[in-house]
Amino acid sequence: MRSPSPTVLGVEELPGRLAELLGSGGRLAGVFVDEAPDERLRLVVVGADAGGLSISAGYMARDDRHYPSLSAVTPAAAWYEREIQDLYGLSAEGGAPQEPLLLHLAPGSPRPRPGLGSHLEAAPAPGESAPGASRPGAAEIRSDDGQVPAEVTGPGVFTLSYGPVRSGVFESVGYLLETPGEDLPSVRARVHYKHRGIEAGFTGLDVGHGVLLAERVEGVASVAHAIAFCQAVETIAGVSPPSAAELSRLWHAEIERVANHLDSMLRHTEAAGQAVAYARLSFHREALMRIRAMASGHRFSRGVVVPGGVSGPPMCDPGELLRSLEKLREALEADLELLMSTPSFLDRLRRTGVIPCELAALYGALGPLGRGSGHGVDVRASRPYSAYERLGIRVSGARDEGDALARQHVRVEEIAESMRLAVVAAEKLRELATGSTPDWCLPIDPGITGEALGSVEAPQGELITWVRATGGRLRRVKPRSASFHNFALFSSAFPKDIFTDFAFVEGSFGISIAGVAG
Amino acid sequence: MPWVTRGLRSGVVTTRYPRRPDGYPGPWVGSVRPRTSPPGEVDSGLDLESLCPTGAIRWEDPVVTVDRGRCILCMRCVRERPDIFVADGEVEVAVLHPSALVSPGPGSDDERALATLRTDLLRRTRALRRSVHIRHVDAGSDGTEEWEIAALTNPVYDVQRLGIFFTASPRHADILLVTGAGSGAMTGPLVETYEAMPSPKVVVAAGTDALSGGMHAGSYATTGGVTASLPVDVLVPGSPPSPFSLLHGILLAVGIVADRSGGGKQHEG
Ligand code: SF4
Repeated sequence: MRSPSPTVLGVEELPGRLAELLGSGGRLAGVFVDEAPDERLRLVVVGADAGGLSISAGYMARDDRHYPSLSAVTPAAAWYEREIQDLYGLSAEGGAPQEPLLLHLAPGSPRPRPGLGSHLEAAPAPGESAPGASRPGAAEIRSDDGQVPAEVTGPGVFTLSYGPVRSGVFESVGYLLETPGEDLPSVRARVHYKHRGIEAGFTGLDVGHGVLLAERVEGVASVAHAIAFCQAVETIAGVSPPSAAELSRLWHAEIERVANHLDSMLRHTEAAGQAVAYARLSFHREALMRIRAMASGHRFSRGVVVPGGVSGPPMCDPGELLRSLEKLREALEADLELLMSTPSFLDRLRRTGVIPCELAALYGALGPLGRGSGHGVDVRASRPYSAYERLGIRVSGARDEGDALARQHVRVEEIAESMRLAVVAAEKLRELATGSTPDWCLPIDPGITGEALGSVEAPQGELITWVRATGGRLRRVKPRSASFHNFALFSSAFPKDIFTDFAFVEGSFGISIAGVAG
Repeated sequence: MPWVTRGLRSGVVTTRYPRRPDGYPGPWVGSVRPRTSPPGEVDSGLDLESLCPTGAIRWEDPVVTVDRGRCILCMRCVRERPDIFVADGEVEVAVLHPSALVSPGPGSDDERALATLRTDLLRRTRALRRSVHIRHVDAGSDGTEEWEIAALTNPVYDVQRLGIFFTASPRHADILLVTGAGSGAMTGPLVETYEAMPSPKVVVAAGTDALSGGMHAGSYATTGGVTASLPVDVLVPGSPPSPFSLLHGILLAVGIVADRSGGGKQHEG
């Protein structure tokens, strides 16, 4: 895939640019900070429209701590601005004041500033501490269980804090619910509990170690993150992975998609008290994890995708792989058909967690969330990579009900298509095994220098990963997960819902908190 | 109700582990260690340490060791130097002390220390052997550990058959099962959960991230594992550990199975 190159602008031109993009039917895909090759600081805005991705890099004056607000142009920018405030101490001017998102630091603490060289630390902003103390220690990061100002006021309204330790085996996340009783007029997600400082962790690694960290950004989508990272690295290196590797990547990515979609359904069936359906689906997911382990030695397919291709041929007999896959496909199809005709299950999802189409479009909602609300972005079809073009992907149409049921329908259809693709890819891999030994990986220049963007359709939706490297060392890696982008919409999903619907709304969003918190 | 017949369709799918070894662990990677011919010795100084993304490989002329408390099973060392490193499908990888995670294994001093730990743990958990309640807390995982823990309740592992239950309330919990690299903001809630649990209690740290921080060890936002925040009794390496390894860790915590260096079974449940 070709990576767009940045259009260089002054930072003050960015809001106008963004408004133009949105006005012509485009959407905001991401915002992040990086150092330019000339060591100046730039605010990078990634946009998307029918023509693909575009990058606008707004250069900031040295020592400048402010940039013109983008969230004044679109609410989709708000979480990005909060992230940038937390990680870099740069703030948007002219927007609403922002609550911390990823990092609750004491005022005046130094910021981690992933990817920036020393020149910024030499010039701390007013109120920030002296240079040298470049990073906060883990002890300075506050869990912030203290007071957060109420958003909703009225008679009988009370604030309920839910999490970060959940009831059940889930990732840690906090929710602040403001409620007069059963309705949920305000739900605010607090994701900073899990912040691991992932982006700073990339700096200085070589690309071989970098892909291992990419796999851990959002572990349940290890393959997607590894492919997006490697795509960017391969673009910089000018290498196209061999076609056998592309097939293998596609196979692992589609199996990963099914596993994630099943996770959303496991949450739904558990919350709905559908014990047998839950047991059946969890049994199928286990079968799926074992098939992945059979093929790769790892239940999450880690270690398969490497810069330049894949680490080797499937570890098992391709015929056996195909047989297990076909057996699973049949069983899964039958159970999903039954699930989708179980009225007591469907009733819980219908009109639950509605995201209206206009709102989804405004935020540029991604993945099954977007497709359930009339917004049909799918990178596999719009900017095909790996072997998608070769194998041909049938994208199911978007639905416009916008509720949890619509998202469930989208996932059921996607599982069918993913299983079809996985079977076709496995057949091709079997053919390869009988012929001459194919190439699985091409060498990457160990001293690569450059920058590029990779993008794939992760199970959660469009994932974009920015990579900048000099002399073979990573300087800046910014994975923008669909989980991060979509989670900003979570608080809008509750106007009509009551507390008992919470699990369904959460399950249908299909968010990985690790992918949000970074 | 069509789901009833559907539920019967597959017959018995449940593993017989730990009563019998499960046939499944085979083609996949459970642990990585230096080859043993002679035990861990390599004949020349090599740049082996830089192969490893987490510093799990140590070279102290002439011995090379792998610390499974740091190893994320990336297989890079095995791929690059198959003459020195080897992977196996071992799943019973949980141990009682960090020194037991280093191969080649602990010396006799460590063995004596381990025996003390073992006796102490058994004394504490005598009452838990028939039924045990687990409280899980994520302290900055990448999300995979939670899937593998949740898998323990699927029909294949079905841990309820062993009297193992997950509980929402720390007040009902015997075991604290912790995942994640120890994110700074989770330290408070994690310690509070531990303190809310009644005694006797056991802490199981699950996953290489929880043991050492894994690839997040040096991060400004983590404490490099949870051992700095809690007294950890059982360590389960893996990135993430498989459901079998997690089950091994839980059974080890309540004294139903023994750790690898401890020889055969110590008690029947
Ligand atoms: S498998 Fe990877 S993490 Fe483990 S010792 Fe080898 S190189 Fe290090």
